Amino acid sequence: MSDQIRIGVFVCDCGSNIAGYVDVKALAEYAKTLPNVVYVKENLYTCSESGINEIKAAIREQSLNRVVVASCTPRTHEPLFRGTCEEAGLNPYLFEMVNIRDQCSWVHMQERESGTNKAKDLIRMGVAKAALLEPQESIKSEMDPNALVMGGGISGMTAALALANRGYQVYLVEKQAQLGGLLLQLDTLGPSGVDAAAFAASQAELVRNHPRIRLMTSTQVKDISGYIGHFKVTTASDGKEEQFGVGVVIVATGAQILKPHGLFGYDGERVITQLELEARFKRGTFSAGNVVMIQCAGARIEERKYCSRICCMVALKNAIQIKETHPGTGVRVLYRDIQAYGTENEEMYRRARELGVIFINYDVNVPPKVHGEKVTVTHQLLGRELDLPADLVVLSTPLIAGEDNEAISKLLRVSLDENKFFLEGHVKLKPLDFATDGVYLCGNAHYPATVREAISQALGAASRASIPLAKGVMTVEPIVSTLVDEDACRGCGLCVALCPYGALEIVRTEKGRKVRVIPVACKGCGVCAATCYQHALSINSYTDRQIAEQISACLESSG
Amino acid sequence: MEQVSGEVGAFQVAVRKKARYVNENLCTGCGACAEKCPTMVVDVFNAGLGNRKAIYKYFPQGIPSVFTIDAAACRQLGQGKKCGVCAKVCQAKAVDYDQKDTLIQLEVGAVVIATGYEVFDPSVIPEYGYDRIPNVVTALEFERLLSASGPTAGHLDRPSELALVKEMEEAEKEHKKLQRQVSQLEEKHGKPSSEIVAAFQSGTLPDDADLRNWALLAQDLASLEARLDSMNRRKATASVARKLAFIQCVGSRDFRFNPFCSSYCCMHSVKEAMIAHEHDNGVHSSIFCMDLRAVGRGFEEYKLRGGKQANIRYIRGRVAEITQDEALNPVVWYESTQNRQVVHETFDLVILATACVPSPGAAELARQFQVELDRNGFFKTDPLAPLNTSRPGVFVCGCAQGPMDIPESVAQASSAAARAAEIVAPARQAVG
Repeated sequence: MSDQIRIGVFVCDCGSNIAGYVDVKALAEYAKTLPNVVYVKENLYTCSESGINEIKAAIREQSLNRVVVASCTPRTHEPLFRGTCEEAGLNPYLFEMVNIRDQCSWVHMQERESGTNKAKDLIRMGVAKAALLEPQESIKSEMDPNALVMGGGISGMTAALALANRGYQVYLVEKQAQLGGLLLQLDTLGPSGVDAAAFAASQAELVRNHPRIRLMTSTQVKDISGYIGHFKVTTASDGKEEQFGVGVVIVATGAQILKPHGLFGYDGERVITQLELEARFKRGTFSAGNVVMIQCAGARIEERKYCSRICCMVALKNAIQIKETHPGTGVRVLYRDIQAYGTENEEMYRRARELGVIFINYDVNVPPKVHGEKVTVTHQLLGRELDLPADLVVLSTPLIAGEDNEAISKLLRVSLDENKFFLEGHVKLKPLDFATDGVYLCGNAHYPATVREAISQALGAASRASIPLAKGVMTVEPIVSTLVDEDACRGCGLCVALCPYGALEIVRTEKGRKVRVIPVACKGCGVCAATCYQHALSINSYTDRQIAEQISACLESSG
Repeated sequence: MEQVSGEVGAFQVAVRKKARYVNENLCTGCGACAEKCPTMVVDVFNAGLGNRKAIYKYFPQGIPSVFTIDAAACRQLGQGKKCGVCAKVCQAKAVDYDQKDTLIQLEVGAVVIATGYEVFDPSVIPEYGYDRIPNVVTALEFERLLSASGPTAGHLDRPSELALVKEMEEAEKEHKKLQRQVSQLEEKHGKPSSEIVAAFQSGTLPDDADLRNWALLAQDLASLEARLDSMNRRKATASVARKLAFIQCVGSRDFRFNPFCSSYCCMHSVKEAMIAHEHDNGVHSSIFCMDLRAVGRGFEEYKLRGGKQANIRYIRGRVAEITQDEALNPVVWYESTQNRQVVHETFDLVILATACVPSPGAAELARQFQVELDRNGFFKTDPLAPLNTSRPGVFVCGCAQGPMDIPESVAQASSAAARAAEIVAPARQAVG
């Protein structure tokens, strides 16, 4: 590269999108007056075939070594223009984009003059930064072509099978001795009526016999370090530790049932949970003349605000089961809202009513009371208290977050919500990904889900996890954090604690404790560089000097 | 979709790509064509509340960001008139009036059906008066009213007032025209109109066609002015919608229409009430529901926050009827479960949370793919293999298999891709 900075500026009309509201001719003239600018061209559409060719030609003919395009948003067009530079033999990171459409012509449609002046400011800033840009090489890292699935319930088994069927090696780690998770405690699955344990067993059989699944039961994940492509996993089983590497991790660790101690006289005998009721179904020991089910036992209250999503369906399923096997038994369900969302669930609700199950709405401020052989509830429509006969009271308790969630969240550097369930990367758009690359979630670990939903999510998480696995190589933009001044780093670890992506670690070097950047894990957010009081860290293409230069350029007048 | 044959691993699918009359590779999405297009069409995306041009993008963020000509509405294509304005203004030379539909043959190993759903048309419920009462709107229409890029730029103007403004604009145009005609006649005859009208009404007007016409015009003008006056008075007292009623389960959980629950409507009503309150802190909302189904992460907390911070009242009960008072305010009749009485309450605007129903093409698509539908008309799936249709290699995700919210649809989309990938993976690896 020649020593002299030679910047080419391309000003885009975007048809009339920019040219209609901003004086592009004036912008082009102005750009010519800026330092280091040796070539300026106004294009009708810089992104069109002809515009691209003009950039390439100018790079060659004018020996440009920096390119600035003043047009639209880098979100859509930066990759294109970077590619153009690369094709013309210029390092793609010697390109700077200035957004005079979204930030000028669109928002200042009625103010041509001030919009034009603002565009001049932005171009001046872009040119100032461009002069300081340095070439960067994109970062490539090979993927370990295998996966860790944490949890051997229906979600974990489904995810493991889906990945193994795609041809990837899977380590399935379950802390219990047996596969199946919560399914083992259920009687049947609603509304299909499928035997839960048999279904779990059939899936477990597939898992055990799959040549590409390494099943590790009675095993705990002790430690996970690394990042997408190269996680280093340490497991412990019977005091024996083992280490292996994986490219991706799926969290399918499930949830636990709230034991309602102290609620509605829970005693495990006459006042039991829905799960305990199912155990009686399974053993064939269920018998009762009158059953009262109480919904939201321990949920949707001040200390646990959330709705556990599935308990209404569990109650409906079990109420139907009682009515079908013991038609003479009275079943009353005390509820706040019956959450039978969707087609199948509402159908179950209808079926329960048809079979004679009685639903009584209660107000959270006047909860039912269990005493002796009866339950007292204030009936909302009748406006008075009712005494309901009850030789068996069944509490619908919520699922609560798994006991290991906090430990796992620390191991993987992923977030939990306020109820300690795992928190996805984006509520709508990334429901199965964590914000950390290469880590995915599904099933009850995320939030209470029906078996149908858990299976669906598990397949989805496997699908998401297979994307980097299928690529085999991770290519990452080099706009990442760099330790520019190793001597300045004191190894304090402030940046490590703040990095949301687990992209920094403290290592021992000859010079003592120093921070090390894991470029493939870094997203270039800049938190570390902003935090480091020693200015030891810097973000490529957003260095302190580049930003300072932009700010000074901003403060100069466009004249 | 025109035709499908073959089986899992080797389907042959014929699809028709409709002509858009714009070359996708050339169009830059600049919008100059739509700006100059002379033809206005009712905007379906804005739920019919606004207009668009005959050359259009379905919505501003549409992908690809390319324009399309609505051939039926286009002067050049649909009406055989000379126009060609869009082709003339397009600097990218993308407009192509001769573009034809193309038939594309696809060879695929697996198929994913993700055709979504349709919103229930509430006009079949006479007691809710959707087609009669202007200030009863659907949730989707309300969503457009709330949107900053919608027909009211996000202000909660009521449809009755929007109609009034439109009516006034037309009346004012007519008024100008009449005024011009009458004053020309006044000038020509050198007499005030009042004299002619008085003579006409007392029967003393000479038998002259010109004078008779004048008298009639002057009378029309007077009555139009009176109408304008009353409209102006109405406009002066009109205010934005502040007192809102949301009616849940419109067409859902109703055996006359759809027995199922549409899953997402409780939350979108809470959301719309929250957004309305964000726009204008004076907004009070009442949500009428049987059960308020807030079953996802953070949903119950969101619902509670709406009650505490966004003036939302949750009322248990099914609304029996909606009527209208003289000021075009909708009146909601319901049985209060609290005091066990039939009560009525007046609102500025009523929003119907309409059901999620199978898309109209679902039955035909199911026939072509030879897959089963469930009793509600959605694509039938296996509860333990929730993406599988009744035919191997054909998968279905999202609301095509039944109502669900966005996170669930997005998760299912990934799952369907996983199932499809399992089928095509061996072939892909063989290709290398």
